[in-house]
Amino acid sequence: MKLKKTFVLGAVMAGLLGSGLATANEEQFIGLPSYRVGPYAAGGSGLFGGWIDYMQLVNERDGGVNGVKLTWEECETEYNNARGVECYERLKKKGSTGNSVFQPVSTGITYSVLDKVAQDKIPMVTIGYGRTDAADGRIFPWVFPMITTYWSQASAIVNYIGTKEGGMDKLKGKKIGLLYHDSAYGKESHAIMDKLAAKHGFEVIKIAVAHPGNEQQSQWLQIRQAKPDYVVLWGWGVMNPTAIKAAAKTGFPREKLIGVWWSGAEEDTIPAGPAAKGFIAAGFNVAGANYPVVADIKKHVYGKSKGNMEDKTRVGSVYYNRGVVHGIITVEAIRKAQEKYGKGKALTGEQVRWGFENLNLDDARLKALGATGFMPPLKITCADHEGPGKVKFQQWDGNQWKVITDWVESDRPLVRGMIEESAAAYAKEKGIKPRDCSKES
Amino acid sequence: MLYREAGQFKATYAEDSQIFPIRQDKIGFWLLMLVFGVAVPLLTNEYWLKAILIPVLIFSLAAIGLNILTGYAGQLSLGSAAFMAVGAFAAYNFILRIEGMPFLLALVLAGLTAAAVGILFGLPSLRIKGFYLAVATLAAQFFIVWALVKFPWFSNNSSSGVVTAQDVTILGYTFVSPEAKYVLTFLIVSFMALLAKNMVRSSTGRAWMAVRDMDVAAQVIGFRLMRTKLLAFAVSSFYCGVAGALYAYTYIGTVEPEGFNLDLSFKILFMIIIGGVGSIMGSFLGAAFIVLLPIFLDNVVPAIFGDALGAGFVSNFQLIVFGGLIIFFLIVEPHGLARLWQIAKEKLRLWPFPH
Repeated sequence: MKLKKTFVLGAVMAGLLGSGLATANEEQFIGLPSYRVGPYAAGGSGLFGGWIDYMQLVNERDGGVNGVKLTWEECETEYNNARGVECYERLKKKGSTGNSVFQPVSTGITYSVLDKVAQDKIPMVTIGYGRTDAADGRIFPWVFPMITTYWSQASAIVNYIGTKEGGMDKLKGKKIGLLYHDSAYGKESHAIMDKLAAKHGFEVIKIAVAHPGNEQQSQWLQIRQAKPDYVVLWGWGVMNPTAIKAAAKTGFPREKLIGVWWSGAEEDTIPAGPAAKGFIAAGFNVAGANYPVVADIKKHVYGKSKGNMEDKTRVGSVYYNRGVVHGIITVEAIRKAQEKYGKGKALTGEQVRWGFENLNLDDARLKALGATGFMPPLKITCADHEGPGKVKFQQWDGNQWKVITDWVESDRPLVRGMIEESAAAYAKEKGIKPRDCSKES
Repeated sequence: MLYREAGQFKATYAEDSQIFPIRQDKIGFWLLMLVFGVAVPLLTNEYWLKAILIPVLIFSLAAIGLNILTGYAGQLSLGSAAFMAVGAFAAYNFILRIEGMPFLLALVLAGLTAAAVGILFGLPSLRIKGFYLAVATLAAQFFIVWALVKFPWFSNNSSSGVVTAQDVTILGYTFVSPEAKYVLTFLIVSFMALLAKNMVRSSTGRAWMAVRDMDVAAQVIGFRLMRTKLLAFAVSSFYCGVAGALYAYTYIGTVEPEGFNLDLSFKILFMIIIGGVGSIMGSFLGAAFIVLLPIFLDNVVPAIFGDALGAGFVSNFQLIVFGGLIIFFLIVEPHGLARLWQIAKEKLRLWPFPH
């Protein structure tokens, strides 16, 4: 009797569970390899906070992507490659269709999972970091270094300096200092700067700063002796405020100190205090909370106390907005892929990859998203996984970042040539046959 | 009751000097080998193999390397990660530049390269001791990583200094699946661990321990200090080098010099401190502890506190718990987990009649 009862109860339970599953909405899982502790926590907490808030916004305001709710799970990487690989493996099978996209926000982790994403058929999106030559989609079908790469950025910075000087021909004979983080990340700038220097006839003075870079006396002495016209700050973490402060001390005008996008956040300027006033930095997203998309997040997400940021004043900061860009790109790729593989369905990583490859965020789409001017228009193709390669320049006015230019283009033919050359060398080393893009649909 | 050596007599010297003199230990050892060598790759999934077991094995090997140097020979070193880097990049270059280089030979050559570098950086140990030596090995840590970034030849002119490991092929078989890679790592690590165990029981190991306990006395009774210390550096670096090559080839697949930074050296040092200084078994326990506990906490803590507290707090809380547990274990047993295991064995011998 008791046994029978148990069976009946079990059957009822199973039935309930089964029907519950059948009526549940489709869900799209996104694994987030975040870092909220360690040396880069300041960037990580802002970026992943913005990204989560945007996905929360899509769930709250629109009820998901065509009815498919977004779900996510964070996995702490501590910006460490081994932990990143563990997170990648842990997250890849989660959710009903597995992880849709992997965005490590760490160049080291990007390299560590580069081969694995192709085997597991999960697209990897690296916005503004990672392997530059992966922009050649024929050789790296699974990797998307979107919006812009380090090489495009270096080229855009030189173009910006050119326009400031009144024309690219005015660069001849100028000296540009390159104060770089002595690591793989910093050295990424060398090849492109050398090429640009040869093309435009300026001189590059490369000055290395050893990690972490909280001591730059000798470097700035060198700068004072060489008297460069501009200094490009290719820094990361504590190196940035130190460099800004050292520039003020040596009397180098901050208006001629130009940071890259990992040097141009509130976390870099506020610690430098008043010395940072006038400092200029590139960015593929801008700071500011008065864009409609951020206003919507405040209304729909923070209005319902579902926001991810503990410090709400950081909403609208550079890193936070960068996270929103990650969110927009992820959600739009899923939306695009649903057009092909069925609206209102949960998609596999392979299907989402198609969405990334056919992503087209034109002005009209950006306007609809409330992100006009927030990020550059973006069009990805089979061959070109990078997109526009444009950046805006912002200047720190002592309290906040002010946008001072429109989107500045890079030297596309030069950068693309370098990308293809480097990717071809990789393909040769690994024995990869490039895809024929005319056959892709 | 079950764990008792009564009735097991040793009639020859060979029997007396085996690694596992007690029959139960021997059975236990072979059971363990069977479980981890056969059952685990058959039964567990990709996640466990790729993300947990392979790194534990590789870090165990690195910890054995450091344990030989620090635990047995008494030379404090903070350069283990750098020697791993030497091994990883050496294996990459041997396979890249020599046509038809067999993987296992490349692994040995990588170890030998690391050993040569280790001897070089071990030279100061002849004059300086203790913490001062640790500072000297710190130089190795920074110099090697710097050199690998500085000279593009090491990374085959890759613009970012990152290299991608080639496929692992032995006798025409390519190790691709996580199971195959795990078994390969397992075989290499257990072979080298056994080798290390025998080495530290032999005259070489005894020389190391003599030098560790009092180098002047060791010199007086006839050990050649230079030879002994440099041999310890060489063997230790060899182990770290092989571990580094395995890290590149069977685990991560792509390596960058910054991956082998001071943090990793400290991590390996913590492994042997937690596991047990001067114990091969402790190297395994320590590596498992340091690799697994953060992952375990990352799974458990958010599940319990995730909704109530912010994500940032949860991440920091894990580190607090991790640190707290390390302190707890060190207070409970300053000689490491291996010592706990030893105590358990002694208790078990007397059980169930402790008096």
